[in-house]
Amino acid sequence: MMMMMMMMMQRLRRSEEFIRFGCKSLINLRPNKNSVSRSVSGFVNHYDTKGRLFESKNGNHYNTELHHRCLGRNLGMLQQYKCFGSSSASQIERNPLFSSLDSKDVSYFKEILGDKNVVEDEERLETANTDWMKKYKGSSKLMLLPKNTEEVSQILKYCDSRCLAVVPQGGNTGLVGGSVPVFDEVIINVGLMNKVLAFDEVSGVLVCEAGCILENLATFLDTKGFIMPLDLGAKGSCHIGGNVSTNAGGLRLIRYGSLHGTVLGLEAVTANGNVLDMLGTLRKDNTGYDLKHLFIGSEGSLGIVTKVSILTQPKLSSVNLAFIACKDYLSCQKILVEAKRNLGEILSAFEFLDNNSMDLVLNHLDGVRNPVSSTENFYILIETTGSDETNDREKLEAFLLKSLEKGLVSDGVIAQDINQASSFWRIREGITEALQKAGAVYKYDLSLPVEEIYNIVNDLRGRLGDLANVMGYGHLGDGNLHLNISAADYNDKLIGLIEPYVYEWTSKHRGSISAEHGLGVMKANEIFYSKSPETVAIMASIKKLLDPKGILNPYKVLPHTLFSH
Amino acid sequence: MKILVAVKRVVDYAVKIRVKPDKTGVDTQNVKMSMNPFCEIALEEALRIKEAGFAKEVVAVSIGPSQCVDTLRTGLAMGADRGIHVETNSSFLPLTIAKILKSLAEFENPGLIFLGKQAIDDDCNQTGQMVAALLGWPQATFASKVVLDKDKHVATVDREVDGGLETLCVDLPAVITTDLRLNQPRYASLPNIMKAKSKPIKKMTVQDLKVDVKSDIEILQVTEPPQRKSGVMVSSVDELIDKLRNEAHVV
Repeated sequence: MMMMMMMMMQRLRRSEEFIRFGCKSLINLRPNKNSVSRSVSGFVNHYDTKGRLFESKNGNHYNTELHHRCLGRNLGMLQQYKCFGSSSASQIERNPLFSSLDSKDVSYFKEILGDKNVVEDEERLETANTDWMKKYKGSSKLMLLPKNTEEVSQILKYCDSRCLAVVPQGGNTGLVGGSVPVFDEVIINVGLMNKVLAFDEVSGVLVCEAGCILENLATFLDTKGFIMPLDLGAKGSCHIGGNVSTNAGGLRLIRYGSLHGTVLGLEAVTANGNVLDMLGTLRKDNTGYDLKHLFIGSEGSLGIVTKVSILTQPKLSSVNLAFIACKDYLSCQKILVEAKRNLGEILSAFEFLDNNSMDLVLNHLDGVRNPVSSTENFYILIETTGSDETNDREKLEAFLLKSLEKGLVSDGVIAQDINQASSFWRIREGITEALQKAGAVYKYDLSLPVEEIYNIVNDLRGRLGDLANVMGYGHLGDGNLHLNISAADYNDKLIGLIEPYVYEWTSKHRGSISAEHGLGVMKANEIFYSKSPETVAIMASIKKLLDPKGILNPYKVLPHTLFSH
Repeated sequence: MKILVAVKRVVDYAVKIRVKPDKTGVDTQNVKMSMNPFCEIALEEALRIKEAGFAKEVVAVSIGPSQCVDTLRTGLAMGADRGIHVETNSSFLPLTIAKILKSLAEFENPGLIFLGKQAIDDDCNQTGQMVAALLGWPQATFASKVVLDKDKHVATVDREVDGGLETLCVDLPAVITTDLRLNQPRYASLPNIMKAKSKPIKKMTVQDLKVDVKSDIEILQVTEPPQRKSGVMVSSVDELIDKLRNEAHVV
């Protein structure tokens, strides 16, 4: 009887510990450290938890049952990991509950998909295992290429029953290591599901499979006189399924809003193979909880998106682009305010880049020249899209000339044809590419109040000094900064100076540590800088509801401590 | 010296054009129009010559409907001093354009006439040559380098020809048509756009210039080129040889 009581006490304590998300201070307070040695040393969590977590009531057992089951299996197992900035991925331990792939599995997949679409070839796996930034590399031995939703469902049903972890993969252009395996997860690449299913020329609703490349969709829509509501530098490779799963932002968000608004429906397959048909094409549908929003932005951790229904916009004939130079960041802010007021309904993009970014692009990319004859501290790209060429042109010119007179703009040019416009965009869109060529890059994507955006760049510059080149650019119109630090190579000293400084700085200003890139594996443990423990707890519950075994894209998005095995 | 530059308003180079269903021409409704890229290069060269001190004035001229004013404004924003718009709703072929430009040249007395080597909508590559012939002036076409000698009143021009580069020396006044590698045109900067608003654009008609616009050529039909047939995958070398020999008859 006493033994049972002791066991109960231990379990209670441990379940509370799970609720408390591995906060360093709490672990030290646990009276009985020997039973489960979970040393979370080095866990970088500076979220202010003074007193709040202690209030977890004794009766408040989040999914205790599940934890008991986990505990039942793991008593005595040592799970230790260290989070140390960007190299955290290499310090994660493989979940021992996941099975390992065997030949029977491969034969089964070959049966349902056919030999050709089961990839074991090392070269192809090498590419699929490595992310675009070449920062994260998994060791998956198998990539599956389903051709339709039914096949995806069969794959997941089987993997769930076998407890095989999987990684949904699209164009593999993500920047936070979310699209590649961490260990030997099976890669499910939807690239073959690339058909456009329907397009309604009256409503502009496009229904297509998740593996359609964004640029191909844009080209298809162009022939019909429509455009996609999102546009980003990775358009030549990224899939719409991936865009939706990561809630991609991009250059047009300021005009058309986020995918949460433009995606009208989607079809997703959950971990156990269930196909959720939420593929509505209706603009308005208030019947029950709108579940599709869970999948938009969950980075493949709640289900694999297989079809998307998205509202496209009519292609307007008059597109104008101006590239202007400003002396200081204050002018940039003022121009933004003025642009929203004076250009109003025709404003379709507002991007900025600093001088360091311009230099980088000019040095590392071919065929690129600075549109403005003088070097300045900041450059802004303003795009307008409307239906009346003369009217829009006049509006833009009037606005820019007034800004010039007021001294907000020191110089600028307006593109006279599509080629010139493309070359202006090449500069802004090419910064990411140039960063890759320049060496090691530490990439941060932050949402901050507009007036604070450049302060973090300056602060970091002062902090790093000669060690690295700090660049700031991004979607100024949305308050989204792409903070990039370029150095000759990756080194721990530099990372130590950058993280958690950047996250703390952002958290202090109630910003987001990931405006549009997502959390992936890079920021899986940093969510607390921008979200409260209560909200994260509910996220964990939802994850456990939809994916009890945790096979979908494990080790990513939510903190590892929530799913300790 | 005055330089006359002819600029044409064409469908933007980057646009994917479509043929009108009635096959009378290319669909230009709601399609982005811009200055012909070769005309941009021509204007850029004229501006550089003026900036080097060899010319006092650069005049841009465009022939076409009222929207040509936009193209002329771009020219003025790049730096041309004034514009001339010969307004007409007909679309003229090169010979008529050449006659109009000849008339203008006799009116304006330029020392140089710059044109793009061809327009990207019709690819005629005729106007510059015809203007020179009508005026009896020397011509240097496909220019990839232009050097002026003020004292001797000549221009030394490198031409891009099929066999390589040919260098000509032409007496001024002359007609020069520009090729792609001559220069990289400047962007229209805000200060220049501002100045351009006060630069004059003179409107003229073909009657003012006393030009006979009757054309000897009638366009019968415009169609898309035949669709390329998709290729056939062969499974072995033998099959390939068989196809080459018995179907294509080339081996």
